[in-house]
Amino acid sequence: MTNVRIILWSIVAVAIAIVGGFWISERGQLPVAATRLPAAETVLADFELTDHNGMVQTDEDFRGRWMLVFFGFTNCPDVCPMGLATIAQVMDDLGAEGEAVQPLFITVDPERDTPSVLANYIPQFGPSILGLSGPQEQTQQTAKAFKVYYQRNEDESAPDGYTMGHTSSFLLFDPQGEFVRIYEYDLDPSQIASDLQQRIGS
Amino acid sequence: MRHITNTLRCLSFGLLMGLSTVSAAQENAGDIKIVVEQPWARASIGTSRPGGAYLALRNEGDVPVYLVGLRADISAMASIHETQTNDEGVSRMVPAGDIEIPVGGTLALEPGSYHIMLMKLQSPLVEGETFPMTLLFSDGLEIEVVVPVLRIGARGPEG
Repeated sequence: MTNVRIILWSIVAVAIAIVGGFWISERGQLPVAATRLPAAETVLADFELTDHNGMVQTDEDFRGRWMLVFFGFTNCPDVCPMGLATIAQVMDDLGAEGEAVQPLFITVDPERDTPSVLANYIPQFGPSILGLSGPQEQTQQTAKAFKVYYQRNEDESAPDGYTMGHTSSFLLFDPQGEFVRIYEYDLDPSQIASDLQQRIGS
Repeated sequence: MRHITNTLRCLSFGLLMGLSTVSAAQENAGDIKIVVEQPWARASIGTSRPGGAYLALRNEGDVPVYLVGLRADISAMASIHETQTNDEGVSRMVPAGDIEIPVGGTLALEPGSYHIMLMKLQSPLVEGETFPMTLLFSDGLEIEVVVPVLRIGARGPEG
């Protein structure tokens, strides 16, 4: 009788674990192309996009400097200005050492974020941040190379009826263009700056 | 100079808090008292993109209160959204719906979480200026808040 009880309770425990597991994964919701800690060898800074000055830029144009890359869109009222403000503060903190770092903002909403729209927006946060935009197909290819996820979400209560979900972490690449690490967009800028200082100095 | 600015800002927050404290006694429902703290908005560039505003709401009454929406003359379409970031570092925004402010608790609208989205701006949000908005709560409670506009690169109420 005791054995039967143990078996029954075991079944209940397994059932709870399975249901709980589904519940947790349901909460994640978004299909996922990005991982929080992507394997370094799978993340490639590979792009050809137009910057906010109208110049075509590729990843190779930034060899010799660290690239700090942030994906977003300018109609974003919360995450993107916060992320750009964080990067701008990091660059302020770095001062002259910031010469070794090129912050890049790549739009995931090129339909609205043309280079001229970016020119009107990105430099307001900091003069060193370069906004990049490309046609849909190039944007998709770029995101794929960077292992960055984005998706258009219909939302009646948003401008033009949609917002963009997107990877909000910053991606850091070394002067050889190799992926190094990510930083969360809302991390204290001084933490990012001191991490960068150590890397630039070493 | 920075110190003086900060001091002034703290003073103005103090004033705002004083002005924004609303108490109302309701029959059978206990006291409603919501304190608004540290409202701020980020400066906008023109009016084509949505502005963002933030604040904290402390429930000092003895009944739960829900923040249900807002009105602001500066925006023809104002609503509250929530940023959600999943384990993979992917962020997205969803309409917030009614948000509870539990008794004795604080509801923080802050970057990366709940935020006020000011769409169809009627005029730009200019650094150094203020604008009024009216927060709408459950049971018809309304609180008017004067929101200071900080620089576009502000990361919190301290700038």
